[in-house]
Amino acid sequence: MTVLYALIFAVLALAGVLCLVRMLRGASFPDRIVALDMLLVVVVCGIAVDAARTGTREYLDVLVVASLLGFTGTSLVARFIERRGAR
Amino acid sequence: MEVVSGILMLLGALLALVAGIGLQRFDDVFARMHAATKPATLGLALVMFGAALQLLPDGGAVIKLLLVVLLQFATAPVGSHLVGRAAYRAGTELSDQTQVDELAGVDPE
Repeated sequence: MTVLYALIFAVLALAGVLCLVRMLRGASFPDRIVALDMLLVVVVCGIAVDAARTGTREYLDVLVVASLLGFTGTSLVARFIERRGAR
Repeated sequence: MEVVSGILMLLGALLALVAGIGLQRFDDVFARMHAATKPATLGLALVMFGAALQLLPDGGAVIKLLLVVLLQFATAPVGSHLVGRAAYRAGTELSDQTQVDELAGVDPE
């Protein structure tokens, strides 16, 4: 079971690194927003897997708040891009 | 039960990895969005169901995890739609492999 959890965390970390690379290379502003959105999903998945591994319930509220704030941030930045233009 | 939840979480993590590779290999905001929105719904749901199986006797924890899935299923399409519309209206370059652009020449208002 420990090996399985290590594998899950390694895969999630690799996915997060790929998101970060896309955020840094960007090319355009919407690219970075898409990558940031996906990075938040990876972080939420990581917290959930850790909660399952250790059996702690303290961080479950963080998941709800993070997914809500992620949507708010994405839609705000989308409005911003629409007015200012993507660069 | 433990093995089933572990496999569910591993499948969700692998979906996130596939989407990360897609973010690198596609050459267009819209194609990248197509890759990035898969783990936002199915991958997240798989991981949350796996974690919920692990925490099963605790009803409150399971409800919180299912709430995350519900919120994500409600908000992810709306957020993607907003980003896609903003990217197109702001004049983001399309990939040179684009075959059809049905919005070309349409008045934004």
